[in-house]
Amino acid sequence: MSVLLIAEHNNKNLKPFTLNAITAASKIDPEVHVLVAGSGSENVAKEAAAVPLVKKVLHCDSPNYQNYLPENLAPLVTKHSEKYDHIVASANTFGKNFMPRVAAALDTSQVSDIIKVNSPDTFVRPIYAGNAFATVKSNDKKRCVTIRPTSFEPAPKTGGSAQIDKVDAADVPNFSKFVKREETKSERPELGTARIVVSGGRGLESGENFKLINDIADKLNAAVGASRAAVDAGYISNDHQVGQTGKVVVPDLYIAVGISGAIQHLAGMKESKIIVAINKDGEAPIFSIADYGLEADLFKALPEFLSELNKLNTIQK
Amino acid sequence: MKILVAVKRVIDYNVQIRVKQDGSGVHTDNVKMSTNPPDDNATEESVKLKESGKVKEIVAVTIGDDKAQETVRKALAVGADRGIHVKSDTYIEPLGIAKILKKVVEKEKPDMVFLGKQAIDDDCNQTGQMLAAMLNWPQATFSSKVTLKDKSMEIVREIDEGLETVEVNLPAVVTCDLRLNEPRYASLPNIMKAKKKPIDQMVAKDLGVDITNRVQQLKVEEPPKRKAGIKVANVAELVSKLKNEAKVI
Repeated sequence: MSVLLIAEHNNKNLKPFTLNAITAASKIDPEVHVLVAGSGSENVAKEAAAVPLVKKVLHCDSPNYQNYLPENLAPLVTKHSEKYDHIVASANTFGKNFMPRVAAALDTSQVSDIIKVNSPDTFVRPIYAGNAFATVKSNDKKRCVTIRPTSFEPAPKTGGSAQIDKVDAADVPNFSKFVKREETKSERPELGTARIVVSGGRGLESGENFKLINDIADKLNAAVGASRAAVDAGYISNDHQVGQTGKVVVPDLYIAVGISGAIQHLAGMKESKIIVAINKDGEAPIFSIADYGLEADLFKALPEFLSELNKLNTIQK
Repeated sequence: MKILVAVKRVIDYNVQIRVKQDGSGVHTDNVKMSTNPPDDNATEESVKLKESGKVKEIVAVTIGDDKAQETVRKALAVGADRGIHVKSDTYIEPLGIAKILKKVVEKEKPDMVFLGKQAIDDDCNQTGQMLAAMLNWPQATFSSKVTLKDKSMEIVREIDEGLETVEVNLPAVVTCDLRLNEPRYASLPNIMKAKKKPIDQMVAKDLGVDITNRVQQLKVEEPPKRKAGIKVANVAELVSKLKNEAKVI
């Protein structure tokens, strides 16, 4: 009885959401083992071993795992899954990509994107873009589960000293190849974990006008988000998209500017603690979930907002 | 080359769904249904590849009750050549769907399978990856750009950090993101023509695969409602509320 959690990392450090996944895994079963598969990834294994909730680290280092190709990673996970009842990963583009391959290989029905652990076999997960919550029970002996990171607190990072076992690599099929990754570099906090998110929509009317959003974000030390409409229109890159098929965010403060509030956008942000909507259309659906709504022209409101913020003596970071 | 494109009938993306009082699911009677949005992107990309001359045939497949045929007809109306309807009157999990699609792939022998990246009803995001694993094929998920070469595809994928490019050998499974293309509308003459295109019928439980659901849905409920907020008169009031009432800045 134990859980095998697949760590997400960049070969140097654990990605923050791995810590949220560890918390979720520990609610399924306290015996959490973490598989670190990477290339030149010794430090990642050490970081995983330092997490107090982690009981053991399985470390597999090979150039084949450098870019987390699912065709290479899934056979490794499958190979080491024998002793485990649960295989767990984050339900982000990392976990979503490889986990169904593992589930298929094990002939088990995956439970995707859980937001709550009721018991080792029963979970709550959102369906229909979060407009309904389903409580589901897995009757498989071995369970593949992906977890929504923002629904669980990150596990403390230090204080533990789990054993690190080197484990064997698996055969790779050699039919897929990593070419390149274009990561958007930003000085701002990450969208998925930021305390404040300022998002722009179609109402911004152009990519240049996102400067108004960026200025507010910089002042508040916030991440910048966007609606699908704004991304589709080319105002901003896809990694900023909040919504059903983009990122799910749960910040303390979410400021939606020029966003009408389509169902699929609400799916990505409606669990935020405080929601502010700025929109010139007073009937926009976003107002129905906003704690504070301001019916105004954003091109006037945003510069005013910035100058009001500048008047404050202190702003929480 | 040949493409198999898989399409699913779901509650239309514009419909505000309603949860049944008894917790058994959501209301589907008299609710507008349509093709799962990213499945339309999968069909569109297949048709574009056919128009480029590299692909000779597109077969559209759906799994579901009789009405699910509408989604195949729609794919036929925008350019698929023929259809397959695998009949099932009950919900089948992605694992079972992938097993059925594997059977169809073994019969049709396509070079590529295109699917939407996620169905907007159960939000599982599993079927394409499972199918690829069962076939022992490579996969390109969340694709926003597809370049077909002689024996491979170069694919740009949308990932949390930005964009990633991979090259996968054929045959391969591709799951499509909404930004891959702009799905076309079917013209009336093409809708009429599609009615004459053949749709083969199969029955899911006759295919010799285990499609028993392993995940039991115990209950479906509405998420907690947010309580209604207030409208503020101006920016100064907004900042004051955020600072002094909500205490978030």
